[in-house]
Amino acid sequence: MIFLTNLISGLSLGSVYAIIALGYTMVYGISKMLNFAHGDVIMIGGYMSFVMTMYMGLNGWLALLVAMVICTLLGVTIERLAYRPLRGTGSLAVLITAIGVSYFLQNIALLIWGANPKMFTSLFKGMKPVHAAGGQLTITPESILTILANIVIMILLTLFVSKTKAGKAMRAVSEDNGAAQLMGINVNQSISLTFAIGSGLAAVAGVLMLSAYPVLMPTTGAMPGIKAFTAAVFGGIGSIPGAMIGGLILGIIEIFSRSYISTELSDAIVFACLIIVLLVKPTGLLGKKISEKV
Amino acid sequence: MAERILKNIRIGGLKNAVKGNDYRKEATISYAILIGGYILLQVLSAAGIVGHNLQGQFVPICVYVSLAVSLNLVVGISGELSLGHAGFMAVGAFSGILMSRVLLQSMTFEPLILIISMLFGAFMASIAGFIIGIPILGLRGDYLAIVTLAFGEIIRNFMNVLYFGFVDGKLKFAFNHTIEGIEDTDRIITGAIGATGTKTMASFTWGLLLCLFTVFIVLNLKNSKQGRAIMSIRDNRIAGESIGLDVRKYKLMAFVVSAALAGMAGCLFGLNYSTLVPVKFNFNTSVLILVFVVLGGVGNIWGGIIAATLLTILPETFRQFADYRMLTYAIVLILVMICTYNPAIKSRITALWNKVKPKKKDNGPGGKPRKKKAGKEAA
Repeated sequence: MIFLTNLISGLSLGSVYAIIALGYTMVYGISKMLNFAHGDVIMIGGYMSFVMTMYMGLNGWLALLVAMVICTLLGVTIERLAYRPLRGTGSLAVLITAIGVSYFLQNIALLIWGANPKMFTSLFKGMKPVHAAGGQLTITPESILTILANIVIMILLTLFVSKTKAGKAMRAVSEDNGAAQLMGINVNQSISLTFAIGSGLAAVAGVLMLSAYPVLMPTTGAMPGIKAFTAAVFGGIGSIPGAMIGGLILGIIEIFSRSYISTELSDAIVFACLIIVLLVKPTGLLGKKISEKV
Repeated sequence: MAERILKNIRIGGLKNAVKGNDYRKEATISYAILIGGYILLQVLSAAGIVGHNLQGQFVPICVYVSLAVSLNLVVGISGELSLGHAGFMAVGAFSGILMSRVLLQSMTFEPLILIISMLFGAFMASIAGFIIGIPILGLRGDYLAIVTLAFGEIIRNFMNVLYFGFVDGKLKFAFNHTIEGIEDTDRIITGAIGATGTKTMASFTWGLLLCLFTVFIVLNLKNSKQGRAIMSIRDNRIAGESIGLDVRKYKLMAFVVSAALAGMAGCLFGLNYSTLVPVKFNFNTSVLILVFVVLGGVGNIWGGIIAATLLTILPETFRQFADYRMLTYAIVLILVMICTYNPAIKSRITALWNKVKPKKKDNGPGGKPRKKKAGKEAA
């Protein structure tokens, strides 16, 4: 039973990582940049939802919607102001800028909401946990709905990317930026759209994560951000199913090593797994092989 | 004219071989900045201009300077992005502290203890660098960056479960649980609480010596046959391989030397505080060092020295604006990156500079000031 409980909480945590990892992987796929500020967009999403429910008295779901809209705008603005001027200048410059944006968001949050942790009210407050196997197994509504949300998002996103015109344009840009432009695709618009989707999903991930782990601080997003980034690399950065698989595996590894090995070492084990995977498959589980031209 | 053509050749080894006095110039500037800065700060603090808070930052400044210089060896000279430099710093700090406590049992001469501890810290960090370097250097670009990040986090996590201490005068070690029957004063490293009861030995002068040593090693490596090999691999890996350079060997060399120097700096950092928590060596510290390197100009040694010094002193000086300090830092960081790397803005600034600049020297046919090597992407 402990095994099953762990598996479910692992899947739930993994689903959160998977949703965040989508943002990383799509952005990396299309603009080849490590967007280290993504974790902090999650945090902003959490605060927005918190403010809407606590001060504006909005319903949790409505607050989530508002948070999504704000994060989407935030993501697009960040891309427009900070990343677009540096497009094509090499990964180091964009990386440092992303870190600057990350500091900026954290410190804005620190100025507005202070360093004291806020207790986040679960989105699913009032729903009853499900009991199974004669009361031995308790599944929280947070776990079930997080896993469900992940599945729905994955299906919708896969459909969007493979069926719609905008999705196809996005794939074309990530395949070959220049050729896509020659085919009449608006590259800037595609990249903006990617940031919009990634940041909107970050808000969802933030609210889901805070529903299960309700401590909200300006640094809340940092560690999940790094973990989700690891998940994206684990699954093969640039690949959408890879992000999902990487996220789920990472979540399960983390919960299992926490409960069977050591709480302190769980992060180390997660990162060690990443390294092992990269040694066997240098571009992650589902990543594309990079060929080098002379 | 010939010089201008050579400037355009992208193979760093050739460029450096021809322009041998570049090395002398870079070395002179670097040493001058270090010694000049040392004397300036000593005079200012003797005159009472520099406050106590800032005086407490002298050793950390030196540590960050030498970390920036050693990271430059990986990022600038070897052309790989490393996000785990703080991990090596942590290895050096904790093993150095351990060594100093052991030596204090039998020795009293502090400078010798400090030197041995720093060498031990460097040794342990180089072992860590070697173990990490062997498997990962086959990876490219961003994948290497994420693995160094992962290793940095792993090292920090391990520090959280390490316990060292004396029981009845003997050194005891425990993993993932506290040592039984230990007196509080005999603890050396206590998991997440970190190192306690360290005898502080670091001073500004030792910091200067550390910086000078680091710069000496890095500049000499850069100007050696091996350094030219490392740089030519950075500029074109395939070309380097085709003339028989062992890519892994040279990349590993840069990585291990950089790790050892970071360990040495970490040790001095550790011996500057009586208590030291492992959280100090997290991802943010690695990023901070990387920011010094990038703002100083990738591959530019003295630029890194100045960036590390200013970016440690300035936030300390503006402590009264505590809340807005880091916000400003973030905005300045973004603006500096955009202004120095955006091609349109960069050319505008260069044009403006050319107008303002006093025209006293003939700059040769180019007429432009030599630009920093920046934004070199691993191909």
